[in-house]
Amino acid sequence: MITAILVMVVLAVAVGLVLGWSAVRFKVEGNPLAEKIDAILPQTQCGQCGFPGCRPYAEAIAKGEADINQCPPGGEEGIKKLAELLGVEPKPLDEAHGAPKPKSVAFIDEQLCIGCTLCIQACPVDAISGAAKQMHTIIAAECTGCELCVAPCPVDCIAMVPIAEDLPHWKWKYPVIELKRVA
Amino acid sequence: MPSPFILDRSSVTQVMAWVLAALLPGVAAYVWLFGPAILVTLALATVTALAAEAAMLKARGYPARPFLTDLSAIVTAWLLALSLPALAPWWLIVTGTLFAIVVAKHLYGGLGQNIFNPAMVGYAVLIVSFPVQMTQWSGPLALTETSLTLAQSATVIFGGDAPKATLDAVTMATPLDALRTGLLQQLTVDEIMTQPIFGQFGGAGFEWLAAAFLLGGLLLWALRIISWQVPLAFLAGIWLAAGFLHFFDAGRFGAPWFHLFAPSVMLGAFFIATDPVSGATTPRGKLIFGFGAGLLTIIIRTWGGYPDGVAFAILLMNLSVPLIDQHTQPRVYGTSGRGKEPPA
Amino acid sequence: MSRKLFKFKGGVHPPEHKAESNVRPLHAAPLPGKLVIPLRQHIGNPAKPVVEVGERVLKGQMIGAADGYISAAVHASSSGIVTAIGPAAVPHISGLPDLCITLSTDGRDEWIAHAPLDYQAMAAADLRMKLRDMGIAGLGGAVFPSAVKLDPGAAHSCPTLIINGGECEPWITCDDMLMRSRAGDILQGVAVMRHLLGSTEILVGIEDNKPEAIAAMQAAAQSLDFAVDVVAVPATYPAGGAKQLIETLTGRQVPSGKLSTDIGIQVFNVGTAYALARAVHHGEPLISRLVTVTGHVLRPQNFEVLIGTPMHTLITLAGERDGSTGALMGGPMMGMPMPDLEVPVVKATNCILVKSNALFPPLPKALPCIRCTRCADVCPAALQPQELFRFAKTGDFGRAQEYHLFDCIECGCCSYVCPSHIPLVDFYRYAKSEIWAREKEKRAADLARERHEFREFRLVREKKEKAEKLAAKAQAARAQAALDQAKPAGLAAAAAPELAAAPSDADAKKALIAAALARAQAKKAGVVPKNTDHLPPGTQREIEEIEARRAKIRELARQPLESEEKKP
Ligand code: SF4
Ligand code: SF4
Ligand code: SF4
Ligand code: SF4
Repeated sequence: MITAILVMVVLAVAVGLVLGWSAVRFKVEGNPLAEKIDAILPQTQCGQCGFPGCRPYAEAIAKGEADINQCPPGGEEGIKKLAELLGVEPKPLDEAHGAPKPKSVAFIDEQLCIGCTLCIQACPVDAISGAAKQMHTIIAAECTGCELCVAPCPVDCIAMVPIAEDLPHWKWKYPVIELKRVA
Repeated sequence: MPSPFILDRSSVTQVMAWVLAALLPGVAAYVWLFGPAILVTLALATVTALAAEAAMLKARGYPARPFLTDLSAIVTAWLLALSLPALAPWWLIVTGTLFAIVVAKHLYGGLGQNIFNPAMVGYAVLIVSFPVQMTQWSGPLALTETSLTLAQSATVIFGGDAPKATLDAVTMATPLDALRTGLLQQLTVDEIMTQPIFGQFGGAGFEWLAAAFLLGGLLLWALRIISWQVPLAFLAGIWLAAGFLHFFDAGRFGAPWFHLFAPSVMLGAFFIATDPVSGATTPRGKLIFGFGAGLLTIIIRTWGGYPDGVAFAILLMNLSVPLIDQHTQPRVYGTSGRGKEPPA
Repeated sequence: MSRKLFKFKGGVHPPEHKAESNVRPLHAAPLPGKLVIPLRQHIGNPAKPVVEVGERVLKGQMIGAADGYISAAVHASSSGIVTAIGPAAVPHISGLPDLCITLSTDGRDEWIAHAPLDYQAMAAADLRMKLRDMGIAGLGGAVFPSAVKLDPGAAHSCPTLIINGGECEPWITCDDMLMRSRAGDILQGVAVMRHLLGSTEILVGIEDNKPEAIAAMQAAAQSLDFAVDVVAVPATYPAGGAKQLIETLTGRQVPSGKLSTDIGIQVFNVGTAYALARAVHHGEPLISRLVTVTGHVLRPQNFEVLIGTPMHTLITLAGERDGSTGALMGGPMMGMPMPDLEVPVVKATNCILVKSNALFPPLPKALPCIRCTRCADVCPAALQPQELFRFAKTGDFGRAQEYHLFDCIECGCCSYVCPSHIPLVDFYRYAKSEIWAREKEKRAADLARERHEFREFRLVREKKEKAEKLAAKAQAARAQAALDQAKPAGLAAAAAPELAAAPSDADAKKALIAAALARAQAKKAGVVPKNTDHLPPGTQREIEEIEARRAKIRELARQPLESEEKKP
């Protein structure tokens, strides 16, 4: 009986020591959780989550100040990944933050643009090129489709164009086979 | 629907039909050596299995036809029936089959999803719950004075009054039971082997039954429906483990031949351990799976609480399949087998 | 013949069906009235059109120029007028249109001036450029630009050159017919390859079910001044897969994720060698190829076809039959169904296989996987298809990659033998393209993150710079003021407007914007109605809500910066 208790005590102490040591030894700098969350977020930087960009939202989730279902561009899949990372149940997207939309890019009607630079100031990823009083153009490859440039434009010359499926972007679909109902 | 647009002629139904066909020599030998009782058992198990399968498919919202015609339920039923004593009471057969189909197969997700071999789950449940009834083996005709006709067998199985004397006259302990009892009575193996129930190298009659299963198994292998790895490794496991023990103390451990040709080993090696769904899938994994099952069989037979160990051995190995598969992935074309590096 | 052969793992033996089409002689298909020539016929960047609508082009004239290193040019297959440059139906399973140049032929089939190349006198790099501009690409199916494959790269030579005459797919016989009738030309192309790659060992692998082709190639090889070993390889599908042929002939495997050149081996299809010979010895760009038209047609046979010929004209030539259920490009194992039969023949079109319910009955429905591992037994890549299927089906792409999904060559052997009739390859294609798409998305997200972070950094820096500038100015002003105090007050007054200049600058800018706005609005009023006018109240409310949210976000976005400002 005594031996058993002794063994348990010694074991507990040993394990405790190892754990304590590794906590000191492998301490990670910075906030790795926020980094990991940020890596999952789509980086659209649209602010629909209620934070000024993906990174602040990631930090808020890491601190437990925000829920995981506030990012519409990330969609259901993003929520699932976050839930997996954080070990919580996935939940449906919070409608208050908007609904997922097909991915789009902004398009400036160059006939109407007055070169006011307001959209440049709004774009979170500097995807608009142009100088004051010059016509502005959107660099489609860099535009995240956040729509933040649409509202500031005083002449409403920016439209969001959904990305159409073409050959280079075509994907094989999930096979629609009659798997005689495979569970 | 993209390519390929042509298919080999194989189908699940065809695979299962061949398995059933390969069991026929065994069934024939059974009838020849032990009387027709097994036919009643087989029929009862088949009907129960089909009914259970149909009910479960309906309950789970699956179309019944394609799954009933794939014959997998009948294979399960036959394997279970052939593992049971031929004169087992009807409720034993029905309970075992129901358990196999309902719990071991469908509650795990149906065809292709079960972790354990359904027939062996049914068998294990029966032997744990009803050890006494599981000993009603009919003895080899060569050793019993009387034999039962088909009708008489059916009467016995369905619990009708068969004269107690007749029943006692036709049932006998299996060789494995006899060995076990004898050893408990401190007899040596050689002394036990003089009993009439033992034949040339296995049990009288039983050895020929085993040979018939072996024949069917070789047919399956020739048709490439089963791979050589599992049966060979299984038999090797039995042979080596039994031989090792026999070598050290021939007085207390049965000879390897005896163990190989004891009932259930050939059936297990070629028909049960080779069940693709619950077995290992990689070539090396199949070797490990078979060998492990053989080894465990002897260990359970020798030191366990039940006379035979094939069922438990296979179930235990079923449990370790994911692990075995994961660690025995074959070398993929152009890789060294582990990471992505090129072969040396 | 004495060569030691190696056996690759797996493989299947589907019915060959070669005798249908290889008993009829080779014919040139007549010139069609219209040619549709896609600009994306090869792997890599699509060609860029270099002609205008309405322009007359000659046969062999370049109409699309190669764009970048991995690309190839496209040429007019006959003389005529360019009638359209724009999206048109192409032979792709998706049915999506792609950029094509449409020619209306004039029937004169007038060649542009062309002359043979003196390849031995040319610098290797120039010769490769020339081949790229002649549109030479692999005709075995992958259509990789040949100029790239003919560059031995850093190794400076590629010791083993393998010519692939395997043609293991059922039904297809175009390589067989090419070898039977034009073995000499093929080997002349091989000579050019040997020249560019510096190969010392040349092997031609042909499946042993094509004895005529083997005999023809062996006979032609006699008259060469270098040794060519024509080897009969056992007919097993997919013996003609590049990786499998390499293993059969040399016993070596191409390391996963690498190219065969990394182990000093390069493989070309016989058709490519023939195209190369035409280009070098006749100066003809790649404008035609052999196409097998077979399956549910009256006279299955091979045609020499101009690139851009609509597929249905070939089917009509071979004798259309009732009851066809569409056509495949390629064979039954790896071919792709065509969205319609108007699509043109391209460089990758080796076979047009017309289906019917009798020849290709609809595939039976699938059952769950029973883990029988038949698929693993036949997989030439030694994969575990049943596990890959499980991972692909459940979307566990990470595990699929760990189990070497990308080493799958999509040969279809696994689907062919699966007793549960699961379309396994479909799941692998889906998983692969999903993984690629996600990687692309990930890269885009990383780029966006980087740019966003840079922007934040820039904003902070700009703010700081501005503040510094202001501080410096203020300092200067104060110093000035201190100086001025010593001076008569009248001079100090002169400095004041200068200080006030900054805000008035901003005012001026605002005024300018307002003016431009007014102008633009005036302009716009005449053209388009404002898209937020006349909206249903619901939408209007939504817009307002979004606006409010945005305002809040902007507010939030400003906060950290403002608090920073307040600190000092
Ligand atoms: S809602 Fe927009 S800003 Fe917020 S995390 Fe998602 S993409 Fe980023
Ligand atoms: S261009 Fe407009 S939509 Fe695109 S990222 Fe910039 S602000 Fe967002
Ligand atoms: S062949 Fe089909 S049923 Fe058999 S293991 Fe492969 S996928 Fe499963
Ligand atoms: S398609 Fe892929 S997984 Fe299937 S047999 Fe071919 S290489 Fe193997």
